[in-house]
This record gives sequence, structure tokens and C-alpha cells, in this order.
Amino acid sequence: MAIIRDIMPAFELFQPATVGDALGLLDQHRSDAWVLAGGLDSFDWLKDRIKRPKVVIDLSQVSELRGIKEVAGGLEIGAMTTLTEVVRNPIVKEKFSILSQGAELAASPQIRNQGTIGGNVSQDARCWYYRGGWKCYRAGGNICFADTPTAVNREHAILHADRCVAVNPSDSAPALIALEAQMVIRSVKGERVVNAEDYFVGPAIDITHMTVLKPGELLTAIRIPATWAGAQFYFEKVRDRQVWDFPLMNVASAMVVNGGNIEKIRIVVNAAAATPLRLTAVEDAVRGKPRSVATGEMAGKLAIVGAEPLRYNGYKVPLMRNLVKRAISGVEEPKWA
Amino acid sequence: MGLIETAVNPWGQTVPIHIEFYLMWVAAIGGLAFLMVHAIYVQFVAAKASHAARISPALEAQYPPKIKRHSLVARLFHWVMSVAMFALLITAFLPRMGYPFAWVEYHWIAGLVLTASIIFHIFHATFWMDFWSIWPDKEDIQEAKWRFLRATGKDAPEPRKFGKYPFENKMYHLVIVLSGLAVTLTGVFMMKRVRTPFFTRNPYLFGDMTWGMMYILHGLAGVGLIGLVMVHVYFALRPEKFVITKSMIGGDLDRDFYLEHYDQERWKVPAAK
Repeated sequence: MAIIRDIMPAFELFQPATVGDALGLLDQHRSDAWVLAGGLDSFDWLKDRIKRPKVVIDLSQVSELRGIKEVAGGLEIGAMTTLTEVVRNPIVKEKFSILSQGAELAASPQIRNQGTIGGNVSQDARCWYYRGGWKCYRAGGNICFADTPTAVNREHAILHADRCVAVNPSDSAPALIALEAQMVIRSVKGERVVNAEDYFVGPAIDITHMTVLKPGELLTAIRIPATWAGAQFYFEKVRDRQVWDFPLMNVASAMVVNGGNIEKIRIVVNAAAATPLRLTAVEDAVRGKPRSVATGEMAGKLAIVGAEPLRYNGYKVPLMRNLVKRAISGVEEPKWA
Repeated sequence: MGLIETAVNPWGQTVPIHIEFYLMWVAAIGGLAFLMVHAIYVQFVAAKASHAARISPALEAQYPPKIKRHSLVARLFHWVMSVAMFALLITAFLPRMGYPFAWVEYHWIAGLVLTASIIFHIFHATFWMDFWSIWPDKEDIQEAKWRFLRATGKDAPEPRKFGKYPFENKMYHLVIVLSGLAVTLTGVFMMKRVRTPFFTRNPYLFGDMTWGMMYILHGLAGVGLIGLVMVHVYFALRPEKFVITKSMIGGDLDRDFYLEHYDQERWKVPAAK
């Protein structure tokens, strides 16, 4: 466990007032720059003196990055919009309730008041070996301390681990992927838009980053299309305590059911791997089938194919199976039955 | 800016973890610089190769029109090793150059192919080839010294023509052997650190210092191979060497080339039937 020293190392602080200024600073300082949104992930790193950026770019004064607006039946959410604002937004509640559910289950009310949607999807891994400052793969070293015969790895990955076994801890990310959201990324060179599921990057491809953001780039907004507005949603998060905790695993699904049969579906789990996992094999298997417990059971079994639990996270395999089963069948069962 | 990166392990020891990755650029730029200097030297400075008098028909008659230089098995080994080597270099360094992709699995598969081909080559060269023909001997070193003295305008006896493998070729092979063995031996052990179907992952097989040294050796040999491969490809494509390169495809050299460039006493080939 890192020793929290509470006094951050010195850095140069910039507080731009516009996106243009922020992008200019990011371009100027590239990989020396640290983007500060709500600060809830950043201040851990800075106070523990594990990350020592030369420059911190605080986005709190950039008002154009805040707010939720309706665009062509869908939504555009500024990256600096707080989780509380997302949770309370009437359109989100009415049309995309899965997102308000996911955002509402993140952390605690105080943290949701301060934490932003952009920060929530871009936050770093919570593996305590990594957060403790050990020079692991994710920190540029040559070992994963969490994947050794004696490691404590109860919260770690059961799927798609590649050297690093940390998981993505976001609660809003699976909801956004289920809603086919798009991430708007800007730099001084222009804008690129990536699908939410492609925004996250696993250790096989880039072991030191969680997202596709490159130096000089900024996540400015998240667009949610109208495609899934008003669909049948399911979100469930399992955690050790019922508030102020990261997920042991969560599941988000969006479904269109016609005549009792699943016509369209997207289902995503998070905290099972280093990126939120869209379960396309499950989607293909259940499409056209009745939304029932039997279909859910079949889907749950399919979801865990290839799972490789570590020493202490074997429980995640039945957990994932049951979460997928419940998401498909739409029937919430007693959690610890 | 050092040559290696270190880290503090959980026991408070400072241990090496890997080479600094800028060294790949040093190797690439070094390799490129060598090619340019060599090309300029050959073009503008080096004495033009003097052509021997016409080879006598009597000498020609002793040898077949095509001289076998590389057997099919040797050629297959060479090309399998080449493909594996390129795959290893691409998978190792392209992600470091800013082109990320899932490289680990391809890397260790290519590494296993290289290891298997090297093991095969050791047996093949030991029992079925002229094993000593590729290793530099005293005579090679003496003649290399003479060549250097003559090239710098000093008096020295005229060296003989080469045997099957010129001195530079032998030295290159020696360096490739050392770097190849370093990357494959360390690479096989490093497979214990990643998930493969062959081993149970165990990063505690060695201590942190031993692992660190292994990563350093793997990295140094790896970046060295960038330069070595560049040099090898350069010589393979040089016009005056291209006949030898073609022999690595077809297996044969022309008799005239053999008689002109090689010492028949040092590289003995079966006489014509």
C-alpha cells in the first residue's frame, strides 16, 4: 500500500478557459501534460507521488466541456459533465436509463458531484500493485505482481489478460458501449470520433494505457445516438459494499424485444478484463430467442467460455455467468442465492 | 539518459528491468551509417577489383558448370530463420515505434521457430556440413591483417583468395551466433513470464536481478540484430554480392565466379564427371 503523503510534488498548473487553449497546451506539453478533470483519479496519483507530471492542465474552467444537449434524438454529453448531472438529467433518465443507473452506482454522492463522465471512462486501473507504485508492466516494467503464484488478485481479470491482469473499473463505460455511444476526441490537428468500445485499449496492444487517447488529445464529448432510446435496459453492479466501491463486476444490456423474442441486443460486462467487454458471441446466440431464464442460462454459460481465473478471483466466473443470465432474462434474483 | 532502466523491487533492491528503448534507434542509425560509409568507400575509395587473366580451359574442365554452394536443407534453414528473424524484429520494435498491435503471441511463436531452426542448424552443420568452414581460423586473421595493411598503403604479403566463406562472412556468422543464442536462450526463459500453452507462468523462476540481466541481454542482442540484419540485407543486395545471394535461392554458383573469386584449395568442390 502506498504511503499517502498528502503533499503533491511540484508541477506547473494551467487552467485554460476554452477547449482551444486546452488543446494548445496539450500540444505544447504532449506526454509531460496530465489532464485533470474531476481530480478523483488524479489526486490519488499525485498525492502518492507516484505520477509526477511536469504540467497539469485543469479543465474545470472550460465551460464548453460541460452539459448535456439533445442532438438528433440522441444526446451529446460534455466530457466534464459530472456524474450527478448525468444521473439527474431527465432525458437520460427517460430515454437512456441504463446510463443514469450506471453513473448512479459509481462511488458515492460526493464523488459523483465532483467526478466527470469523461474522467469515469478514462480512469486508470485500480490494481493496488500498480497504484502502489511498483514498476509493473503497466508502469513500464517487466512483471505483473498481481499474476504470480502468491499474488492477491481477487479483483483482477478473468478474461483477455496479457501480462497485465488489471481490469477497467468504470461503471459508465459498459452502459455507454451498450448504447453505441461515440467518443469525440480532439487535438490541435482536428477531431476524430471513435466508437465507445474502441475507445478502450487492452494490455495486448498497449500495456501502459487504458484508452486510445494519444499525447495531445482530449476527450471532449460523448455522443449517444437515438438507436437505443427507450429500449429495455438492464444494469447491475456487484461490489463488496453497497456504496463508495469499485465494481467486482458490472453488466449493462440494451435490448429490443418483439413478441417476447430478443430482436436486437448489446450486452457489455466490465471489471472482467482490462477493457469493458462487449459479448458479441452472446448477442449472436440470443438474437431471435425468447427473453427467458433458459435463454439467460445459455447466454451465461457462453459468456464465460475462455475465462482463466487467477488464484483468488475464481468467484468471478460464476458471477459473470449469473450477471449475464440476469441481464438477458431480465429477472433479478436474490444476489447471493 | 542511460543504457538500461532500473526499478526498485518489493524488497527495496534496485534491479535492472530492460534496456532503454532509444537504443533501437541507435542500432538502426548505426546500421544505416555503416551502409552509407561502406557504399561511399566501395564507390569512391576502394581499389577496383582486378580481373584475373582468362581462366584456362584446362582448369575450367576440372569443374562442373554449376558449383553447389548451399544444399536445399541449408537454404530452407536460412529462409525459415530469415522469416522468423524479421517477424521477431517487427513484433518487438514496431509497437515501440508507435504502431501498437497485439505482438506478444506472434513474438514468442516466431521465437520458437527461430529456436527450432537454430537447434536444427547446429545438428545439421555439425554432422552433415563442413563444420569448420564457417569459423575464422589463424590464417583468416593473418590474411585480414595483411589486407588491412595493404589497404592503408603499407607493405604486406598478398593474401590468398577466400575459401567457401570470406573472413567478413565468418565474422558476421560469429556475431550472429552470439546474438542469436543470446536472444533465443533468454527468450525461452522469458516465455515463463507470459501465458503460453507450454508453461505455467512463473515470474519467480529466477530472482529479480537474474531476470533483469536476462531482459537486458535479450534487449541488447535484439537491438544489435536490427543493425546486423540491416547490414546483411545490404550486402545481399549489393551488385557484386548478388551472385552469392542468388546461390541462397538456387543453391549454385557459376563455375567462372567460383574460379575467379575462390581459392580452389581452400574450398574444394567435386570435380566434373
